[in-house]
This record gives sequence, structure tokens and C-alpha cells, in this order.
Amino acid sequence: MKFSEQWLREWVSPQLATQALADQITMAGLEVDAVEAVAEEFSGVVVALVSQKDPHPDADKLSVCQIDDGSGEPLQVVCGATNVAAGQKVPFARVGASLPGDFKIKKAKLRGVESRGMICSASELGLEEGHSSGILVLSDTAPVGEDFRTWMTLDDNMIEVDLTPNRGDCLSLKGLAREVGVLNRLAVQEPVIEPLEVAHDERFAIRVSDPERCPRYIGRVIKGVDVGATTPLWMVERLRRSGIRSIDPVVDVTNYVMLELGQPMHAFDLANLHEAIDVRLARQGERLVLLDGQEIALRDNTLVIADRRGPLAIAGVMGGEHSGVGLETRDIFLESAFFTPLAVAGQARSYGLHTDASHRFERGVDPDLTRLAVERATSLLREITGGEPGPVVDVTSHEHLPPARQIELRASRIEQALGMPLKSEMVEDILQRLGMVVSESREGWRVAAPSWRFDIAIEEDLIEELARIHGYNRLPVRRPAARLALRPDGESRQPLSRLRHQMVARGYQEAISYSFVSPDLQRILMPQAVSPRLANPISSDMAVMRASLFPGLIKALEHNLNRQQSRVRLFESGLVFRGDLDDLEQIPMLGGLACGLREPEGWSSGREMVDFYDVKGDLESLLASGGNASAWRFEPGQHSSLHPGQTARVLYRGDDVGWIGTLHPAVRAELGLKVDAILFEVRLDALTQGCLPSFVPLSRFPEVRRDLALLVEESLPVQSLLDCLREQAGEWLTELRLFDIYQGKGVAEGYKSVALGLTWQHPSRTLNDDEINQLVDAIVTESGQRFGARLRS
Amino acid sequence: MDHLPNLVAEARSAIEAAEDMQSLDEVRVCYLGKKGEITALLKGLGKLPAEERPAAGERINQAKQQLGAELDSRKQMLEQAALDARLAAERLDVTLPGRGQASGGLHPITRTLERIEGLFTRIGFDVAVGPEIEDDYHNFEALNIPAHHPARGMADTFYFDATRLLRTHTSPVQVRTMKEAEPPIRIVCPGRVYRSDSDLTHTPMFHQVEGLLVDEDVSFADLKGTIEDFLHAFFERDDLSVRFRPSYFPFTEPSAEVDIQCVMCSGGGCRVCSHSGWLEVMGCGMVHPEVFRHSGIDAERYKGFAFGMGAERLAMLRYGVNDLRMFFDNDLRFLRQFA
Repeated sequence: MKFSEQWLREWVSPQLATQALADQITMAGLEVDAVEAVAEEFSGVVVALVSQKDPHPDADKLSVCQIDDGSGEPLQVVCGATNVAAGQKVPFARVGASLPGDFKIKKAKLRGVESRGMICSASELGLEEGHSSGILVLSDTAPVGEDFRTWMTLDDNMIEVDLTPNRGDCLSLKGLAREVGVLNRLAVQEPVIEPLEVAHDERFAIRVSDPERCPRYIGRVIKGVDVGATTPLWMVERLRRSGIRSIDPVVDVTNYVMLELGQPMHAFDLANLHEAIDVRLARQGERLVLLDGQEIALRDNTLVIADRRGPLAIAGVMGGEHSGVGLETRDIFLESAFFTPLAVAGQARSYGLHTDASHRFERGVDPDLTRLAVERATSLLREITGGEPGPVVDVTSHEHLPPARQIELRASRIEQALGMPLKSEMVEDILQRLGMVVSESREGWRVAAPSWRFDIAIEEDLIEELARIHGYNRLPVRRPAARLALRPDGESRQPLSRLRHQMVARGYQEAISYSFVSPDLQRILMPQAVSPRLANPISSDMAVMRASLFPGLIKALEHNLNRQQSRVRLFESGLVFRGDLDDLEQIPMLGGLACGLREPEGWSSGREMVDFYDVKGDLESLLASGGNASAWRFEPGQHSSLHPGQTARVLYRGDDVGWIGTLHPAVRAELGLKVDAILFEVRLDALTQGCLPSFVPLSRFPEVRRDLALLVEESLPVQSLLDCLREQAGEWLTELRLFDIYQGKGVAEGYKSVALGLTWQHPSRTLNDDEINQLVDAIVTESGQRFGARLRS
Repeated sequence: MDHLPNLVAEARSAIEAAEDMQSLDEVRVCYLGKKGEITALLKGLGKLPAEERPAAGERINQAKQQLGAELDSRKQMLEQAALDARLAAERLDVTLPGRGQASGGLHPITRTLERIEGLFTRIGFDVAVGPEIEDDYHNFEALNIPAHHPARGMADTFYFDATRLLRTHTSPVQVRTMKEAEPPIRIVCPGRVYRSDSDLTHTPMFHQVEGLLVDEDVSFADLKGTIEDFLHAFFERDDLSVRFRPSYFPFTEPSAEVDIQCVMCSGGGCRVCSHSGWLEVMGCGMVHPEVFRHSGIDAERYKGFAFGMGAERLAMLRYGVNDLRMFFDNDLRFLRQFA
């Protein structure tokens, strides 16, 4: 809501400078967003009379005017505007005047004719955006010689308040003035609104079929209005200072009354109404062309103003084009109604609309304003457009008007809520200033909320008002007291923060990427993935929820590669979304990506690129940090975005919980990436499981170590061999190290030599050679039988 | 016997001339070894007349000891020289950088969230999290925002269908917690939230931390105290001015916006605070009884306060980041600045 400071001060004018007033309003909960001067700086402009107009002798488009600027001496001015005419009052910039944009007015000759000053347009004075079509014509009553700025009260400010949805009562000068009055303990000067005498007896029938949604509908016929009349400058200016453009006098008046009192109104062209007004629900699919030209199909939960032929307007939202007021209109039907907030709520938005009227009705318009607004609009219209008012037709269903709200306010609750008691006099004073009717009750007060405060319904609402008017910053400050209760803390669980810090220690930077990704990217990476799709994405490349952390990591990789960052190590943790809406899993995951040099470029590091085993090592360090590395396994697997020969499923206690692998070369090519990248992602619920350390006594007896080199087929996963060894090596095996994989000279094509170091130690005695030899024999025999392994000689 | 002095002189120059341990040892063997010349003199004592033997023996032994001492000292000197030479050869340029992996870093938002969580968990709050795809009930209805409430327009919501959406705040976690737990409840809920808004100062995803405290004797004064303490601790500025401005949230009452004195200009007025000297940093209020009702908590017996803040905004103010969108570009040159 934007308003003119001067206009407000006509209602109530506290002894506060503009900024102090803005601060006061802000601190009362009506946040001032901006304070702006209504006009740019200019000086030397006065109201003047065009006393004579003659054509320019040498230019068709110019005229030579004689100007009376009140100085007594007529001035000759050349003017290029087509709308200038003798007898007009105009804003006139004298020689020496300074206009916005630092434009100085000097004596000049235009096509040989001397010109002493300039007749100004609205845009030249900074009163209108863009270029005005002609000079600004003032009302006949404008006093010649008067300073234009003063006469127009241009030393004024536009104050814009960002009102919260509960304060619909402040969407008018009346409401704002009421609030400022309360804050400053000042009486508010209301404009005098007298009902006009009825000039004829013509009524237009009104039927309210849905009194629940429309408890009050008031209409009046006004005959013989002149829509071609000009809206007076003072009204145009007030509208402008509230951010509303002047349209025609009828619309201007309804807008003006809405700003002034808060009651949205609508005017119909009587000639286009048939039989009777009916306020009813729309029938599904009924069509209506709105004032803005768009045609809509109505839904059957929408309240409309209709006549015999069909809907004329969406109640409280927008009128229709056909029944609107135009230049040919002679007689109008003026509507002022109370639609309940629930009747209008959501309607505008559901048709993609948002209007000043719907904004107000959704928040609640004072039902006691309806009649006042009609009278106000009628008298303004009479002044501007002429016209003969008929009788006011008022259809009110009292049982459907918002009920009076009686609220019990307990003194004890005020103290509990605010941390301090408030004096009775203060409570009563604040509430009464706010327009509430207060009476004492057993535990405190009984309070009746005023008709304009739709947000006051319960005790807490009243306590908030007390706090607000007293001032939040005058309320006490205390620290909450609590019983010190220890809470359980599972030691075997690994917090996410520890995992993150481990990734950081391994050289990864944490990334945070959007949870919605490009459907194309996700399809390239995971053609089979199903994840929810947004109905209203911000853009098409943020339209589906990520089914994996890979799309975000790859997008971040691309971003960095495009910026000469060739060595990238990133990780991210967050939810991934799998399945459709009715069968949805939101799974916390941790994933990583590495590409580029293994180590940062340096004096001692090689030029090797990072590979699968580097990243696997990083992942293993993460798995080991929980203390139960042995619960984890890697098995060869197939993943649509990963290299079929360089991909492992990650298993925790036998369950599939993640993937690690090199980006598939074909996928890489499709994405246009020139480098290899290794990716992994693992479910956090598995990663966060660790185990409690459990002590094993240290043996005092010597260790025995044997090294074996086993020849196996190249394709045999080493994991199988290791499993077999562990199985055969007996309970005293304390360590199994794989220290070499060899292929080449001495090893047949298609085979590899796996070198293993086995260490045994008995807790309570020295192991002898025979025992160890037996175990080694068993290992060799079993691995021979299972995998065809042979000892390398 | 008479050539003993010559022999000693000869041996001395040989010791002086020995440049390494091996030649020194050869000198020792040559004079003092089993077949050495001095040893031979001792062996030849028997040939002397008995009365000359003691004196001669003493002279020879003296010479032997003297040479022995000189050998030892030469040996020590040579050893020291050898060690010095080795140390000199092994000198490293200790200013060269160390070897191995460079350390990574946490995202500034994580860093901020961890810090906020830490401040609250240290005084007895728990961290609670919840789903990001929420339903209408938990995101709106249970928070006293019924369908078509004008407040729904305050947050532009991403929808999947009529009832399922991306949470617009982390408040649904509060609802879920209150439904399950008995007061006293003290939680902070960090996490991603989503609003369909994208421009210089809005990203469609951002992070919030919301807090909730429900207990028997909780008032607006406790809320003010908690928020003030938090902001002083977060910005490490005990003199930071904090003000509470009445506002409106459907789920709290009374509701407040919290402003701090601008941390960039210390309240003098600058671009960051739009020359007002104040920065809006969070919203808060006392839990609305309707929210308690939805969560099954007795609003007559219990009171509560809740607050919420944007992690990006706090991180921007804390670290001087001037472009919100950088948080989600994941540019390494940006991320490395927060290690």
C-alpha cells in the first residue's frame, strides 16, 4: 500500500518528521519499504493563464501564446503542444526556472519569434513517466501567479508500506490514519460524508442467492453521468501518489474511494444490465470476458455478479468487459458490497489474477463501510461527472454478517506471555484506542473486536496488540530456564559432520547443488530413474527432483572445467528422491567426484591422473572411520552412467547401499566432457553406522609371517581369493596383506600373480612351523580347487 | 732404542697426514699394532741389560700412550668432519612445500549451519530433520495456514500435485516433532527449503534454521533473550544492537521480525542495509495455539517460541559474500575461500 504523506496528514498529523513517522509505523508492524518524493526538484514554475493563442508565422506546428503569470506584464511564449488553447490555466516555467534533469529556462528565439518561458507538460515536471502527449491543463480555479509546487502540494512524499496479510484494515487512508492516531494518541479527522438527496426513484433489482458469501450488497443507479469529463488534477495526483493511474472519472472515483476508505467498488453500465442483479455461484464452465480482455471459463465455486444473461463480474475480483463503463455510458449502476474473505480467498489466484479489490476482500473489508462508500462515491461522481443519484438499495443478510467477537482476556495470561504484568489502565487504554469495547470480567476483561479487525479472534491476538502498541522493545529480556537433562547419544553412530570432515581431509571441497535437476541430464545419466517432476518448475532445466547426487556433481564439474579448474574433487550430502509420488523414498546420501591430477600439481608430485583406486581409497577411508570396515564390500556391478568394467556396487552387511565407478565413456562423450571422472554415492544411513570398539588382549608370543604368490586367471576378482584365504587361514590369522599384483614376464598371458602376506599370532603360545605349513597347504589346495590358483614358483 | 724419538716424530706426521679413518687405522697398526714398530721396541726390551730396562720401558710406554692419545684425537676429529660432511650433503630446502593431498573444505553454508547448530546444541537443543517433499498439511495446514489463506501468497510454492510440494520452510519438522515428543521440546531444524523465486536476491532453493522451544513457563521475554544471545554469539559482537519489530506469521503470535544493527557499516547506513542502518535477519514469535492444537499439545499448559533464519543471509553477512547465487555454482575458487 502506497500513500501520500500529505493526504494522511489531512486525517491525522503527528508532530513527527517524515522519517520519524515512517520509523514509527515500521516499529508498529506496518513495515515501510520506501519513502519517495512525489516530484523531482524544480523551481520557478507558477500557475499561469494562456490569455491569447496565435499561429506561429513561420511554423505550422508551433503557436505563439500570450501568458499572464501574475507578474502584471504579459509574456510571449512559443509553444509546440497541440492542446494549448486560450483561456487555459497551465504550469508555466518562467525565465530562470530550473526543471527536473537540471534543465534551465532561458530567453530564446524559436523560428524567429521570441519566447520568454515555457508551458510545461506533466512529464517535463517529472509528474508522469515517459512523454506526455501535451501540456498539463489545470483546473479553472487554479490561482494565477501561485507557485505551482505549493499549489500542487508537491513537497510531499509517497510512503510505501509492506502490509502483512493480517492487516487488511490498513489498506486505506482511513485505516492507516486510525493506526497512526492510536500510536500518537491523536484524534483522527474523518472527511465529512453526507448522503445526497435522491434525485429519482429508479432502482435496479438486486437478488443475493448466496448470502453466506455475500452478506451485504448495496447498489444505486446514477443517471446521466458524463464519462468524458476530466478527473480533477488533485484526484489524479492522489491516485498517482498511491501508484494508481487515472483511467476515466468513474473508475478514478471508485479507486479513490477504495484508497480513501478501503471499500472496493464497481460501476456497471446500466444499459448493459438485464432484469436484475443476481449474486450467485457460477455454473461450471460459464464464460466471462474480463475487463482486461481475457476470456475465462468459470468454476462452480466462484461467486459472480450475474444478470439474466449470465455472469457480469467475478465478485470482489474483477468486472467484465461487456458490462463495464465506457465513453458511451450514460447511466451507471454502482456496486458496493461485502463479500466474505472466504468467498474471495484464492479465487483471483486460481484465474491467474490479482487485483486491488481481491487483495482487500481476501483480507477482510469492514462490512460497516459499504454504505458510507456508496455515498462518498456518489457525491464525488456528482461533482465530476454530474448525474442524478437514485435510491440506495441495500440487501443485507444480518445473520450472515461476521458475528461480533467477544474475547476473554485474562490478566494472568498477559503476564505469562510477555514476561511482565501490564497495568489495568494500560491494557484498557490500548485496547480502547484500537477501537475495541472493553469491560471488566472476573479474570480480566471481556473485549469486543471492531468490525474492521478480521485478525482479532482469540486471547493471543489481544496480547499481541498490547505488546505491539506498548512496544516490543520495551518488553523484558530473559533467558529460558530448563532442567538439565542428559540425552542419549549412540556412540557407535557416526555423525554426518564427521564424514564431511573426513572427505575434507581427503582433499574434497563440499558442494551444494540444487535438488531439482535437468530432466535431460538425469536421463543421460540414469535413463531408468523415476523421480517426482515439479508442476511449476522455475525453468525447464530445474524440473525434476534428483534421483542421484551424480547430476549435481557433474554440473558442478562442468562449471569448474569451463573455468580452467582441471583438478576437481567435490562431495555433497543431501536427499535424493526415488520413485513416484505415491511410492517415494527421500534418501540421504553422500557422494563424491574426482577428476584431474591425482595430487595437486607440485615439485614432487607426478603427472598421474586420479583413477578408480584413488577414489575407492577415499571412500574406504570414509567406511573405515566408523570402525567396522569389514562390514563393507565392493562387488562388480553395472550402472547406466558408469564404465561397465570400472564399476562396483557398494554393499553394507549384504545390502546394496551405493555405487562407485568411472564415468561411462559414452556418457562422457554425450555430455561433452573431455576428461575422466570417478564418482561414488552411498546411503548415509549405512555410512553413519559404526561400531563400538571392543578390546582384544595383546599377545606376548611371536608373529609368524608367510608370503604367498598365487597365479590366478586375470578375470578372477581378488576379493573372492581373499575370502577363500581368510576362510582357510584359521582363527589365528591376524593380518592379510595384498602387496603385489603382477602380470608380465614369467606369468602366462591371461593370468596374474597375486602376492599376499599372511601373519599369524596365537594369544597364548608360540605357533610352530607344522601348524603354519598345514594352514598354507590348506589355502593352496582350496584356492586351487575353487579358482584353479597355483603357487608361483 | 735410540731411534725412538725419530719413530715418534715419524708416527706423528703419519697421524697428521691420515685423511680418513682407514689410513689412520693403518698408522695405528703400523706403530702400535701387534707387529707395529713401537710394539717391536717393547718386545726388544728383553735384550737390554736389566738395569736399563725399567727406564727404557717407561720411555717406550710413554711414547705409546702419547701416540695412542694422538690417534684418538685424530680419530675424533675425522669422525666429526665426516659427520659434518654428511650433514652438509643431506641439507634440504625446508621451504619447499610438503608432499601429498591438499586439504578440501566445507561449503560456507554447511560451515554456517554447523556453527548455528553448535551454539544451540550446547545449551540443550537437539537437531531435528525431516523430508523435503512435504504435504500440504504439514507445510501449511498444521501451521495455521489453511487453503486460500492470503499467507500462502507469502511463499511461492513448488508443487508436484494438488497436495504435495517442496517444503517452503523447515517448520513442518517442528510439527512432526511436536506430534511425537512430549514437552519440554528444544530443537533446531536446519535444512534446504524451496520457493519459486529466482533473481539477484533469491534462489529457488536456500537453507533455513528454525528453532522451537516448548515448555511450561516460556514467554516472549525468553524468546527475546535467546535471540539476542544467539545473534551476539553468532557475530561475536556483544554490543550488537538487536530490535524486535511486530510482524505476522500465521504460526506464531505475537510475531516479530528481528533486525540487527548493520554489521557492514555499524549502523551508519550503507548499500547493504539500504541506508537504514538495520538488517532484517530473522523472524520469530510465540507458537500460535492453533499450531499446538494441530500437534496435540495443551496450549493452556504449555507455551513455546519459534524462530527461523536464512543461512545464506547470515553467511553473506558473516563472510562478506555479495552474491547469493555463488553459493550454488560450486565454483572451486569460491569454495576454497571457506576452508
